[in-house]
Amino acid sequence: MSRSYIPHWIHWLGSPPNFYRFAGAWRPWLMAAALAAGAIGLYGGLVLAPPDYQQGDAYRIIFIHVPSAWMSLAIYAGMAVAGLIALVWRVKLAEVIAMESAPIGAAFTLVTLVTGSLWGKPMWGTWWTWDARLTSELVLLFLYLGVIGLYHAFEDRRRGARAASLLALVGVVNLPIVHYSVQWWNTLHQGSTVDLFGRSSIAPSMLWPLLVMALATHLYYFASILGRARTDLLSLESGKQWVRELVEEQPAQRQGAPT
Amino acid sequence: MVSTPSNALGPTRARQGQAARTPTAWHACRALLRRDFVLAWRRRGELFLPLLYAVIVTALFPFALGPDPQLLGRIAGGVLLVIVVLAMLPALDSMFRSDLEDGTLEQWLLAPQPLALLALTRVIAHWLTTVLPLLVVMPLLGALLDLPAGVLPVLLVALLLATPLLALLGSVLSALAAGARRSGILLALMLLPLAVPVVIFAAGAIAAAQSGMPYLAPLAWLAAALAMAIVLAPLACAAALRIAVES
Amino acid sequence: MMPSSATPAPLLSAHRLAFSRNDEPVFGPLDFSIGRGETVLVEGDNGSGKTTLLRVLAGMLPPSAGEIRFEGAPATRDVCDGRLLWLGHRSGMNESLSARENLEFLAGLYGVHADVDAEAAMQRVGIAGWIDEPLRALSAGQKKRVALARLLLLPGDLWLLDEPYANLDRHGIELVNALVTGHCAGDGAALVTSHGAVRFADPCARHIHLEA
Repeated sequence: MSRSYIPHWIHWLGSPPNFYRFAGAWRPWLMAAALAAGAIGLYGGLVLAPPDYQQGDAYRIIFIHVPSAWMSLAIYAGMAVAGLIALVWRVKLAEVIAMESAPIGAAFTLVTLVTGSLWGKPMWGTWWTWDARLTSELVLLFLYLGVIGLYHAFEDRRRGARAASLLALVGVVNLPIVHYSVQWWNTLHQGSTVDLFGRSSIAPSMLWPLLVMALATHLYYFASILGRARTDLLSLESGKQWVRELVEEQPAQRQGAPT
Repeated sequence: MVSTPSNALGPTRARQGQAARTPTAWHACRALLRRDFVLAWRRRGELFLPLLYAVIVTALFPFALGPDPQLLGRIAGGVLLVIVVLAMLPALDSMFRSDLEDGTLEQWLLAPQPLALLALTRVIAHWLTTVLPLLVVMPLLGALLDLPAGVLPVLLVALLLATPLLALLGSVLSALAAGARRSGILLALMLLPLAVPVVIFAAGAIAAAQSGMPYLAPLAWLAAALAMAIVLAPLACAAALRIAVES
Repeated sequence: MMPSSATPAPLLSAHRLAFSRNDEPVFGPLDFSIGRGETVLVEGDNGSGKTTLLRVLAGMLPPSAGEIRFEGAPATRDVCDGRLLWLGHRSGMNESLSARENLEFLAGLYGVHADVDAEAAMQRVGIAGWIDEPLRALSAGQKKRVALARLLLLPGDLWLLDEPYANLDRHGIELVNALVTGHCAGDGAALVTSHGAVRFADPCARHIHLEA
């Protein structure tokens, strides 16, 4: 199992002490950038963008709903890629990233569902409707919960991470099937779903805040995963030389690991 | 008798390792099937539990919804489908657990047979012993819920395609959960996303048959998914079993 | 099978083989080899990694470092499957089935389908009378003997026996020694773990000592 075809920098980053330092250095900057982009995006979306001629101000929830929905899928994809690396090459860092991505992805999925339901109230007059997109998102939430639950059901964390990674990969095959089956089912049972953002093109004044918000959520994810993976590595590697040195370096001011 | 040094079965046995490497997968699968059937027969009392569960739940529906035959007939197909899925769950959990605990899976891993093929054989044995009885009592349960007579064949065909599919998907999850310290509800949580498309297409076929529409398309989709799962699920199951044995 | 060349490769060899669990080294790096007809005794205290070593050699755990070769070729599943027999802490047999059913199933699993003489094997391990009893009716030592009977029925060049002496009385220990000696005389090989309390059959057998 030679690793010669893996680029050098990935190999370097795969070493826990290197990653720990890299993540510690980058996390504050990414988080700051995420907050800045989020502020700009929300200002643009909630203040600058004009009200929709059909939906009034209610549509503004898309500036949270849509980026969250994108993230819920993007994080799942990222988790599956990390899981594949964890399964094939048994890279500890990949296991950590896959498993720490799952709660973040589940949170974005939950945000998507909640905002979708809030949006549904003025649009459809009901909190929940079995709309194809919302239903797929709900199934996605269960996929995330299954991965998290399986991971925590193992006593050996690394074995749990690999089992959960395999489940995540099964989910990758399953997700498109769920998507199309739900769409088919939806057209079968209720012909008239309101197409929330139809085929009509979106105005530039609404588009740029949406894209900035998407950037903000991505940055937030990266900042968050670096922080979570960093903490996780610290506890997985506790007892190792580099962790001991780290603790000796910073005696008093940091008792607990940063979260 | 211990002191007799000559090996009763002859010293050339080690060499037979070569002979045994000729394709023997069929014999291994047959041995596994026979073993699983004998085990199922020894525990035949347990085989009735899913049946009993299905009958009890079915009987509760008229009490909850009222005995109106028209209402019951309209929901019967979907209700029976969901009951079958739920009745399959407890047995799925035990598909590999005891074999992991007593070390049989270690022998599976070392045997000169493809692990995926053994997993597929186990799914077949599992389906025949725990799911097939459910399908056999379907006409009875259908009668309890006033299922229209014309829909029953479609329901049975849909279940004949959907339940092996669910058993194949469930085998992967069962193998994943076997190494974990607890499962139970976890298995249901993991199965739900995988079961959604299966339930949708099976119920779609039943609903179409009930309203006199063409129902072949969803059944064909189920058959296609089943064909795909027969190839892919045992491979995933084998990978999961390797993780389970690794301790 | 290839005709044996001038210097036949050992049946199994390990090169710088090591295993770590959660980055804690369990054993190794180890270098050793076992040729046909050889018995190797793996000794060490509880927790010294004997079982782990055997599981790694059996391919149930991936080594953290180093390499295992089987007859000179890297030990992949294709090379090893069916050539190794594993006797571990867990019997590998179902308690609800009789010894005969268990043995016949395991023989079938290894592809032995004609004349599986479970009775002769049970006779050899001295509990022929229990052949049709469900396994849960047997004592721990008797179960161990059924597991030993499996070794007689299945083909396999290399026996990996993890604590085969556990639960056995004096006669049982002699039985294990006789089986191992017989297997090695028939050109097989065996790797046996023991925590050192048992007198091993072959005083010249090589030893691998693992430190905790």
